[in-house]
Amino acid sequence: MAKLTFKTEICKGCGLCINVCPKNVLELSKDKLNSKGHHPIEAARPDDCIGCAFCATMCPDCVITVER
Amino acid sequence: MIVFQKPHALTDAPMHYCPGCTHGIVHRLVAEAIDALGIEGKTVGIAPVGCSVMAYNYFACDMIEAAHGRAPAVATGVKRSDPDGLVVFTYQGDGDLASIGMAETVHAAARNENITVIFINNAIYGMTGGQMAPTSLPGQVTQTSPYGRDVKACGYPVRVCEMLATLDGPEYLERVAVNNIKNIKAAGKAIRKAFQNQIDGKGFSLIEVISSCPTNWGMTPQKALEWIDEKMIPYYPLGVYKDRSAAKEENA
Amino acid sequence: MADKVLMKGNEAIAEAAIRAGCRHYFGYPITPQTEIAAYMAKRMPKIGGTFLQAESEIAAINMVYGAASAGKRAMTSSSSPGISLKGEGISYMAGSDLPGLIVNVQRGGPGLGGIQPSQSDYFQSTRGGGHGDYHLIVLAPASVQEMADMTVKAFDLADKYRMPVMLLADGTMGQMMEPVSLDLSIAEAPEKPWATTGTKLARPHNIVNSLSLVPEELEKLNNARYEKYEIVKQNEVMYEEYMMDDAEICVVAFGIAARVSKNAVVAARKNGVKVGLIRPITLWPFPADVIAKAADKAKRFISVELSMGQMIEDVRLAVNGKAPVELCYRVGGMIPTPEQVLEAIENGGAKS
Repeated sequence: MAKLTFKTEICKGCGLCINVCPKNVLELSKDKLNSKGHHPIEAARPDDCIGCAFCATMCPDCVITVER
Repeated sequence: MIVFQKPHALTDAPMHYCPGCTHGIVHRLVAEAIDALGIEGKTVGIAPVGCSVMAYNYFACDMIEAAHGRAPAVATGVKRSDPDGLVVFTYQGDGDLASIGMAETVHAAARNENITVIFINNAIYGMTGGQMAPTSLPGQVTQTSPYGRDVKACGYPVRVCEMLATLDGPEYLERVAVNNIKNIKAAGKAIRKAFQNQIDGKGFSLIEVISSCPTNWGMTPQKALEWIDEKMIPYYPLGVYKDRSAAKEENA
Repeated sequence: MADKVLMKGNEAIAEAAIRAGCRHYFGYPITPQTEIAAYMAKRMPKIGGTFLQAESEIAAINMVYGAASAGKRAMTSSSSPGISLKGEGISYMAGSDLPGLIVNVQRGGPGLGGIQPSQSDYFQSTRGGGHGDYHLIVLAPASVQEMADMTVKAFDLADKYRMPVMLLADGTMGQMMEPVSLDLSIAEAPEKPWATTGTKLARPHNIVNSLSLVPEELEKLNNARYEKYEIVKQNEVMYEEYMMDDAEICVVAFGIAARVSKNAVVAARKNGVKVGLIRPITLWPFPADVIAKAADKAKRFISVELSMGQMIEDVRLAVNGKAPVELCYRVGGMIPTPEQVLEAIENGGAKS
């Protein structure tokens, strides 16, 4: 099973990771804000993650760590 | 098992780039190449003037901040100080490399200076707020071409890889993009090759990375990536423009 | 005494630089200093050094910036129009606290000017020459021997204070030949733990940088640099006094103008005129104190220059109204004759 962890403090909420995810796992948080005022990314459907790391590859800010 | 995390050659400093700016991706690819080749301890990076002016805070290797456009000259000074001991790279935008620093770029290439140049082409001056760059496309609206780049008044964009490929000097020239997973993987491979060439003493390698500037293009980050496919790549085709070692092998 | 060899001033600079441990020379051809580049082109490959003819003066100074960042003793040389181009890089070196040697073998200006000797880059050199608050240490040799000695001194000072040093000569000094002893006293370059030589994964990364976006921090950096400049002013002023003990008239001149003036002082003394010479060797820091002291006794000062009157401003500041300060000058590549200076000493008011 794959596991995603996020450094939500440095996420800028650009959403690029969302679009490259083949399993539609990710969403920007609707209720959380980080200290920079961004809605950070979170795994809305973590159980669907296959650990392909496309999200982390696309992320400009090294927010995502992927484990498998 | 961790399959993806921040490379060691990047510091923990949060990057100042705008949301969705692909500078961060290219920084990471450079750092991954440094990690993969095990050269962080002997690498010296040269930051430019432009959006990536503070790149010296993000790379964990020794860093130098150069004057606008002068990074290849500074890199030359560093590399010549210890040709066998140091790996030297510059990281420059289109204004820095293709406008004010054109002479330094061309002559470093002509000398086949044994350095690695990472060239970010996003067709705009980002740091100063979105002015026309030497690589801005015909018709592109910027702060200083508000009616679209009029080639009659301000000329045509510079295709750096094609131009440098006319020189005998450079070892390796490749244009890549970072607008999708496939292109990012190819860009990473090219950047690693550009460092490997230096380690092998082959000489000047330049990787032109077609990048996005959502803020100054006035688009969402996602739309900006699509604009690369629609507008940038047709004008700046991806591919290898020069690979002297490969050409030699073919002729052998 | 060591054997002397006959050398051109420009060659003496080059050889002395090599002996001082400089192995990295970056330059661009311009008259009247090109012999330095030619000498380096011959010698550097034989001793494992770097000679590189850059694409421009701008590139050359930035190559010095790079080599200096990596902890090496590096230098460039040029003449007036080329030094203007280097102004950007020199300012960055000052802002990044980098050592290095810049040689200016001056020629007449402004613009392309001429190729004959001049001292009209005095303002540019002593005030920094580029943008921002900074100084260079400026050394003004007056013989081929001093060209060699001051080159060595320049590298020592640059490393000691982590700042760029300028050797300010002129076309005459560069081209003339004199016997010179190359038995130079060479101090070892200090350790440079700040240099970008690779972390070896054994220390945090070094950053050579002049950018500082927080006003409070940039102000602090400027203040710290000027505290360092105060120490330079206290420790490093160099000058020569000649026949100043009882002087009622004081000639102030540097470089080639000082050599001419010395002849005029000797001639005037023969005529019974109590005149002496103060020759600044460091133009920055300027020997203001010694001139101020001389102003307690001297009734008149004459600044002899190959410019429209640049150093005279520093002389006036030092004299501080205690005595009149006159100018004796030639420009455009012309050099004052001893007769012209003698006329100025004896009758005053002599100009060109």
